[in-house]
Amino acid sequence: MFRHTLNSVPGQFIMLWIPGLDEKPMAVAQDDGKILKIGVAKVGRFTTHLFNRYKVGDRLGIRGPYGNGFKLPESADPNPRQRKRIALVGGGFGTPPLVFLAQEARKKKIEVDFIEGARSADLLLYLKEIKKLGVRVHVSTDDGSEGFKGYAPQVLEQLLEKNKYDGVYSCGPEVMMKKVAELASEYNVDCQLSLERFMKCGFGICGACCMDNTGFRVCIDGPVIQGEKALKLPEFGNYSRDSGGNKK
Amino acid sequence: MNLSIPFCNIDFPNPLTVASGYLGVTGASMINCVRRGAGSVTSKTVFMEPRMGHPNPTVLTYEGGIINAVGLSGEGIHQASGEIAVYKKGCENPLIGSVGGKTAGEYAEVARLMDAAGADIIEANISCPNVEDEMGRPFACDPKATAEVTKAVRRATKKPITVKLSPNVANIGLIAQAAEAAGADAITAINTLGPGMLIDIRLRKPLLHNKVGGVSGPGIKPIAVKCVYDIKKAVKIPIIGVGGVTTGEDVIELMMAGASLVALGSALIYRDLEAFDLCLEEMRKFCRQENIDDINDIIGAAHEGN
Repeated sequence: MFRHTLNSVPGQFIMLWIPGLDEKPMAVAQDDGKILKIGVAKVGRFTTHLFNRYKVGDRLGIRGPYGNGFKLPESADPNPRQRKRIALVGGGFGTPPLVFLAQEARKKKIEVDFIEGARSADLLLYLKEIKKLGVRVHVSTDDGSEGFKGYAPQVLEQLLEKNKYDGVYSCGPEVMMKKVAELASEYNVDCQLSLERFMKCGFGICGACCMDNTGFRVCIDGPVIQGEKALKLPEFGNYSRDSGGNKK
Repeated sequence: MNLSIPFCNIDFPNPLTVASGYLGVTGASMINCVRRGAGSVTSKTVFMEPRMGHPNPTVLTYEGGIINAVGLSGEGIHQASGEIAVYKKGCENPLIGSVGGKTAGEYAEVARLMDAAGADIIEANISCPNVEDEMGRPFACDPKATAEVTKAVRRATKKPITVKLSPNVANIGLIAQAAEAAGADAITAINTLGPGMLIDIRLRKPLLHNKVGGVSGPGIKPIAVKCVYDIKKAVKIPIIGVGGVTTGEDVIELMMAGASLVALGSALIYRDLEAFDLCLEEMRKFCRQENIDDINDIIGAAHEGN
């Protein structure tokens, strides 16, 4: 959390700099004009360093915001029955930008179904915050320790079967997002996904985050991409590249 | 109006190429640049082995342009050959393959494999200013070292070779002559200036992880123009001009200084991928205004009568 604002929109990201260590892209989880929040999980060298060596009040570098951001459906219909309705599918550590999106959607009086999936109950991030947003919360865990036992896209499929949506938004593991995009396509609903690739510049010139086979630059053409467009990228859901450009 | 350029006996549909280090990691990305108007592309510099480069921050902007210390990251020539092949399969425009090395021998070996991968021209990058801690002063700072690498690459390939020079020397013309005498078919100029440094005044630390990095962008265009001008005077071989080009007028300016091809880099920050089309349109407009039928007629025009 930073006492700072970058006037960012949901889906955009910042580059977070730990001097002397590295700099990484992080999705914005809140930017309300006073406070800028990001959601960071302790998963690797960079984030472990952040948790172990930094305390409240320490300074870090941030630059941004970068990227395009999610587009919400236009909605201001005074008739509640005509209100737009969207479904958000957050998988594990992909949830933070969707919390920001849900906040903005609620400001526009858009109805929101928020599906949060994780491996187990203890990995359900931001659940308390999400429950305060005035959205319908649906939880799934792989092991059944909370909510639906199974995967988030299965919950989405049930919802798509029951209700009509004006958009599906997702951020999380690529295999999950691939399934989400396929479902949205099947039910003919607009779908936006937030992708992640190794980045250097963050503003479209270095080529580190380009995806096959169109050269889609995740940092500037994305990170939000239409589901149908993502499904056409052979790289999507299959591989990515590291700092040196090696496929992994 | 003709914008095509014969360069080292290869037909370039227009003078615009992509500067090495910009969007040149993957074949798909390089094809995307051609789709958006580039006449040719230049790959990221590759070495024999994979290199992870410096940790971030590696590329930053400031009011005068860019500072970078990517540190020559790359997947190594064996994997990079696959990306070159993707490009050649999907695109007919020429590809300039940029090669690096810690020794003249490595340059030669990478050049041989770059040739085999299908690159149309081999560019020896002997002038990166942000790996000095690892590799020492760039070869391009010394005429003898320049000649040594050029000769080694010359022996490794029959394809045209160009040598990328550094502006950070007392007399770039002398270095260009050393490359020409050693068998270079062309000169690429310039690599980034410096190195320079930026400091974050709140964190009280240099911003780049490598602390220092090469400076490029509109602020260094006059240096690029002067270097190309000096090289044109010093050698007979053609020049690929690079450095701070943003507009079609900038392209014309570098061509008048002596460049046959002109690479765009920092322009992509200010104009994104529209930069190629916008520059071409501005060049056409200039040519119409000045009654120029063939863009080749302006190469080195600033030297006439001098």
